Amino acid sequence: MTGATFVGMPAFPEAARAALADSQLRHNLAHATGTIRGKRARVVGELDDWEELRTRAAGVKDAALADLETHLLTLEERLTAAGATVHWARDAAEASAVVAQVARAHEVDEVVKVKSMATVEIGLNEALAAEGIAAWETDLAELIVQLGDDLPSHILVPAIHRNRAEIRQIFVDKMAAAGRPAPDDLTEVPSELANAARLHLREKFLRAKVGVSGANFAVAETGTLVVVESEGNGRMCLTLPEVLVSVVGIEKVVPTWAELDTFLQVLPRSSTGERMNPYTSTWSGVTPGDGPQEVHVVLVDNGRTRALADEVGRQALRCIRCSACLNVCPVYERTGGHAYGSVYPGPIGAILNPLLKGVGVDEQVDSLPYASSLCGACYEVCPVKIDIPSVLVDLRAQVVDAHRGGRPSVEAAAMKGAGQTFASSRRLGLAQRLTGLGTGLARRLGLAPAWSSARDLPTAPPESFRAWWRRTDGGRS
Amino acid sequence: MAAYGRGSLVSARDEVLRRVREATASATATPPARESREPRPGDVDRFAERVADYKAVVERCGPDEVEARIAAALDGAVAVVPDGLGYAVPGSVPDDGLSATDLDGIDAVVTLARVGVAETGTIVLDHGPGQGRRALSLVPDLHVCVVRADQVVADVPDAVASLDPARPLTWISGPSATSDIELDRVEGVHGPRTLHVLVVG
Amino acid sequence: MRVALMVTCLGDTLFPEVGKAVVRLLSRLGVEVDFPEGQTCCGQPMVNSGYLDEAVPAVRAFAAAFEGYDAVVAPSGSCAGCARHQHGLVARRADDPALAEAVATLGSRTYELSEFLVDVLGVTDVGASFPHSVTYHPTCHSLRMLGVGDRPLSLLREVRGIDLRELPGEAECCGFGGTFAVKNADTSVAMGADKARHVRETGAEVLVAGDSSCLMHIGGLLRRQRGGVRTMHLAEVLAATEGASPGASPEPDRLPA
Ligand code: SF4
Repeated sequence: MTGATFVGMPAFPEAARAALADSQLRHNLAHATGTIRGKRARVVGELDDWEELRTRAAGVKDAALADLETHLLTLEERLTAAGATVHWARDAAEASAVVAQVARAHEVDEVVKVKSMATVEIGLNEALAAEGIAAWETDLAELIVQLGDDLPSHILVPAIHRNRAEIRQIFVDKMAAAGRPAPDDLTEVPSELANAARLHLREKFLRAKVGVSGANFAVAETGTLVVVESEGNGRMCLTLPEVLVSVVGIEKVVPTWAELDTFLQVLPRSSTGERMNPYTSTWSGVTPGDGPQEVHVVLVDNGRTRALADEVGRQALRCIRCSACLNVCPVYERTGGHAYGSVYPGPIGAILNPLLKGVGVDEQVDSLPYASSLCGACYEVCPVKIDIPSVLVDLRAQVVDAHRGGRPSVEAAAMKGAGQTFASSRRLGLAQRLTGLGTGLARRLGLAPAWSSARDLPTAPPESFRAWWRRTDGGRS
Repeated sequence: MAAYGRGSLVSARDEVLRRVREATASATATPPARESREPRPGDVDRFAERVADYKAVVERCGPDEVEARIAAALDGAVAVVPDGLGYAVPGSVPDDGLSATDLDGIDAVVTLARVGVAETGTIVLDHGPGQGRRALSLVPDLHVCVVRADQVVADVPDAVASLDPARPLTWISGPSATSDIELDRVEGVHGPRTLHVLVVG
Repeated sequence: MRVALMVTCLGDTLFPEVGKAVVRLLSRLGVEVDFPEGQTCCGQPMVNSGYLDEAVPAVRAFAAAFEGYDAVVAPSGSCAGCARHQHGLVARRADDPALAEAVATLGSRTYELSEFLVDVLGVTDVGASFPHSVTYHPTCHSLRMLGVGDRPLSLLREVRGIDLRELPGEAECCGFGGTFAVKNADTSVAMGADKARHVRETGAEVLVAGDSSCLMHIGGLLRRQRGGVRTMHLAEVLAATEGASPGASPEPDRLPA
């Protein structure tokens, strides 16, 4: 796995079919997303300037992206001045190599990790494993995924597809092989499960020499990185090791310290549905006598500049990974995250993966922009106002365009036919008389079976509206 | 410390920057204007209420009661105290370079804070005098935190404006917690499982 | 004011009763409505599938057919939304500034039915009578692309004899989504099945919505489930008057299983 997408995953419709058949999964997802939707709505409703905050958050990010080179150079300069070492990586392999190099230089065979989307995206754990270095995930949900040898299925809660009983079983079966075993009398009460994670990971935190993190935000003007979290595992990784490596996507830049406040307001409310998350850590390089004394920052491209060059899709780089769009998405709620085949699932994944990787190359990636009914619920909640439906439609056009030129598919031929039919009302009237356009089109596309397997098709009426209008002079005769 | 990979990766830097430049050649956007404002004092009642919403223990007290309240909150637990705390904590351990493992053997920590945020019930530590280095308020399981009423500001923008980003900052909203099991919040994971806040004055 | 009916390709071909209901309703309210015969389709089926070039002829036909009208009324949030928010995209694709200008003007004059009634005509009581139990599904494009808000409900509330029942999870998508319904048929059906279940939970006789496409999808599921719930377009309910039998969409028993 060297990109945002898991290799060997089937295209979305097929993967979704498998997920839909799993009733336990659907129950877990409906329960979890239902809970969080309610919490989010409550805390967002508390603020009377919510819409203003969204607009501001989007505006700050847009301005940051428009002048990204300047901000990245400032960030590099401020970080270096504050005692950090800045690295650049074009792609996943380069980014992982930097982390591995740091670990090797300190002769460690393990690192502790704060939950970070970027490090999953670049396949860091696999890259480190290949060098004999164990990367311990310390976020509870990541730990569940790692112990269960599973794939993440949600941005905020990668183990959202697991319920408490399944989590208990994973802990009982797998903790011992990774370190301290689960307590003998472990039940499925969430607080006990959380305590088992506390006990299991404590020894790793205390002995770790190298910590690895991502960053939610990177403030250019001050060289400050920000990690937003809940459990304190982040603080452990950012504070206790001697060496810290942070893998940061270049789009994480916030130009000024003052502008951070908007994000610290919108992120927790959108994400966990809280006024504020339990812990937020900010640091600028090395602080003598406090925390890691060797600090590295890896600035990663890995497709971001490709997305940045896309005038419509560029807005996806505003994303602050809150996962609100997943939680309200009716498709996500039913298929779960694995169907998207990527560390970035849900509505944002449906646009971000094709934007990072490009379309017209991989069938699975090309299927993602179609994994949406375009209902717009994601756009409505997105704290940085990413117009996901519009980007989806634009990407669909890119997918279609990428396939133009070759032998046209059945669909392309049918769309061309429909386009010609709709060019004039005369042709449309003719088509209506011949076939009943809708059912005829459905049949020509080979779609009638897909529709009719669970839904009755309406029968075409004897007379179209336009025929009625003409016959009756608009009902007047 | 030789810069890791600097030699081989210098071209990565140039290339990423070149790609960024090309990708944004036609992009323009002006940052939204902000009116600068002075941090406003926050509503202390609201602050106390909202800290308590996170299932932290919150007590209000006068300046002369602080030491007694700290002792009561510790209830015999051994606490580590940072330099400059300014309150006597009998039986406490000073922070003279304790290792993480040492700290793990200590029950509690007592610190001051830098700012309180009324709107969100958040306490911010900038790890200056009386607050200790970051590990101190992290590893022990009970964190007793003394916040002066005059440190409470109204909201997050006021807090950000009054903080120095050059310092490491820790924003604390209640005890450690997780929503990772069925998206339900459970208090108590890796950070202190009990947060005891004394609001003074 | 010159008012044109945009009947939509689906309404023209499969659900002509909806267009007739709009004509009856508007004429009762004193609005003489035209049906420009040059109209075909808004182009949304092509646009939302990614076939922008193929959408150009439809958008040209739209611009030509409705040129000069003061208002274009569509009994569809989705098609009105396409005219307002997507035609510009197609015109840019065609690299045709004149078309872009034409669709920009037309887009601002295109209204979904409830918008036209409430905002342009300024009525909520349209003099309808419909003594049945009804639940209303706000379709996504009405709700979120156009932002019609509670206009449809404010119209329904004034209908004589109506027993309006709240639909649980009303704002959630029914799963139609144009070609989504067939490209991702399993997911679409799973969403629709939940919607149909919520509809049945209300115990209402009739499911009403402002888009025939969504009704076709939910109705198809309801009929397959033999739920005994009829589907009707908002226009059909608002056009219904005392004594006049409403032109409902086909009854469950009239359809082949
Ligand atoms: S796209 Fe918006 S809603 Fe979705 S994760 Fe990103 S910021 Fe959150």
